[in-house]
Amino acid sequence: MHELAPVSPFVALAYLIAGVLFILALRGLSSPATSRRGNRMGMVGMAIAVATTLYTHDVASLPEIVGAIIVGGGIGFVIARRIEMTAMPQLVAAFHSLVGLAAVLVGAAAYLNPGAFGILDPLTDEIHNASRIEMGLGVAIGAITFSGSVIAFLKLNGNMSGKPIMLPGRHLINLGTLAAILGLIAYFVTDQSPWVFWTVTALSFVIGFLLIIPIGGADMPVVVSMLNSYSGWAAAAMGFTLGNSAMIITGALVGSSGAILSYIMCKAMNRSFISVIAGGFGAETGGASGGAAAVDRPYKRGSAEDAAFLMKQADSVIIVPGYGMAVSQAQHALREMGDLLKKEGVSVKYAIHPVAGRMPGHMNVLLAEANVPYDEVFELEDINSEFGQADVAFVIGANDVTNPAAKTDKSSPIYGMPILDVANAKSVLFVKRSMGGAGYAGVDNEVFYMDNTMMLLADAKKMVEEIVKGLAH
Amino acid sequence: MDFISILSVFVLACFVGYYVVWSVTPALHTPLMAVTNAISSVIIVGALVASAEAGSIAAKVLGLLAVVLASVNIFGGFAVTERMLAMYKKKERK
Repeated sequence: MHELAPVSPFVALAYLIAGVLFILALRGLSSPATSRRGNRMGMVGMAIAVATTLYTHDVASLPEIVGAIIVGGGIGFVIARRIEMTAMPQLVAAFHSLVGLAAVLVGAAAYLNPGAFGILDPLTDEIHNASRIEMGLGVAIGAITFSGSVIAFLKLNGNMSGKPIMLPGRHLINLGTLAAILGLIAYFVTDQSPWVFWTVTALSFVIGFLLIIPIGGADMPVVVSMLNSYSGWAAAAMGFTLGNSAMIITGALVGSSGAILSYIMCKAMNRSFISVIAGGFGAETGGASGGAAAVDRPYKRGSAEDAAFLMKQADSVIIVPGYGMAVSQAQHALREMGDLLKKEGVSVKYAIHPVAGRMPGHMNVLLAEANVPYDEVFELEDINSEFGQADVAFVIGANDVTNPAAKTDKSSPIYGMPILDVANAKSVLFVKRSMGGAGYAGVDNEVFYMDNTMMLLADAKKMVEEIVKGLAH
Repeated sequence: MDFISILSVFVLACFVGYYVVWSVTPALHTPLMAVTNAISSVIIVGALVASAEAGSIAAKVLGLLAVVLASVNIFGGFAVTERMLAMYKKKERK
């Protein structure tokens, strides 16, 4: 079907090597010890892919191309150096949007100059049918990735409310738009006129926007993973158009990576992928059901000194960080607290829920930034049984992931979600800004009102710094 | 390459991706997203083709623009991954 420009075996081999190096880059991430070598392999793979492409094409435009790489590369490098670790979810969303837009631009360039991509039928001087479908899909997925990631970025960066924005009849609008896009791509096979191509592009930008605005802050880990996956599929579709194995292998790798991460995130929230996409979760934040009950019920409030005293007496403390720790940048103070406790002979461990934070692995990166050794940090299934033996569970900025309602209350929106069993510890210290807000799912948490719970109501970072002072003398 | 060979590469790569990604430790899921983001910018190959070939000025401009965007991602993605991975330490520095 494809009659691409003749490719020398050497060139095809070079792209294959680049693809293999990308596989090894991901393989390296199986352990922190091998991860950096993997990342370097990825860099080499990219260098090979770029060099091979330049080598096989006319060098007349080389100055402009090198200029473009220097400008883009310079911007990317500076951003990567300066970005705060807490801003990583926004950064990843922003990077996804760039891949999406680049895919759209490449698709548009291929449409305007099909001869350059070797996708013209020499007999009819029209674009190959198969290439039209691949191109249409590539542009559509790229455009959805772009506009969806822009919305995700705005929500994560706080430029736009994290609350879901619900349009009336949105499911109907979305399904209609999606059907129109697919229909037009099919129609593109019979008619390659510009209006078809550009309408597909425009509608895809719109649907990306519509798909992400109804999704709330707590579902962002799934959204970021999903957009990660889309950026891969867009690259793969373009790889089909160009018959380029490096692009196809990479697209497939990234596509499955994002899909697996989305699956892990959905499972960790006990929600189906469809219900996340449908959106609206967390709309009732601070609503009547949770908020009203929270005000009246008695709870124990403690001070930083109480907390310091309690933890000093303990044999083992398990720290449970959540998004609130990231917001108040409490990770460094938290590590200091951990160090002081260890000096007192207390065993300190960290327990991470898969959906704590705003993207997969968010908490792990922040703790690593604060120099917490990664062998003190444990995943939910590895540490959950240890809460029963722990003297203190120190919950900081996490809420829904510790809520027993997920196990007991069938009517709760988070019912069935695996939780960290902090309630099993002898005492629970719960750092929270105020009793008002009740987590992103908008559900009240029984742990607040238990006899062995002490609420530490303050900004997470300030509270931990106070506790550090209390431990120091 | 004909369509079936391309499709074979794609399908097999999906399987490789599936098994490789499941073996990634959850602690490194954020670097995983950053690095997959960097490598998906291999789309720069298409952008380079568009910028290098004569025939359409518009295609060339779009191609160069795509080269800039993909380069932001490649350099930014690899650099930020490197920065994150350097922070993961096993023992305490004392």
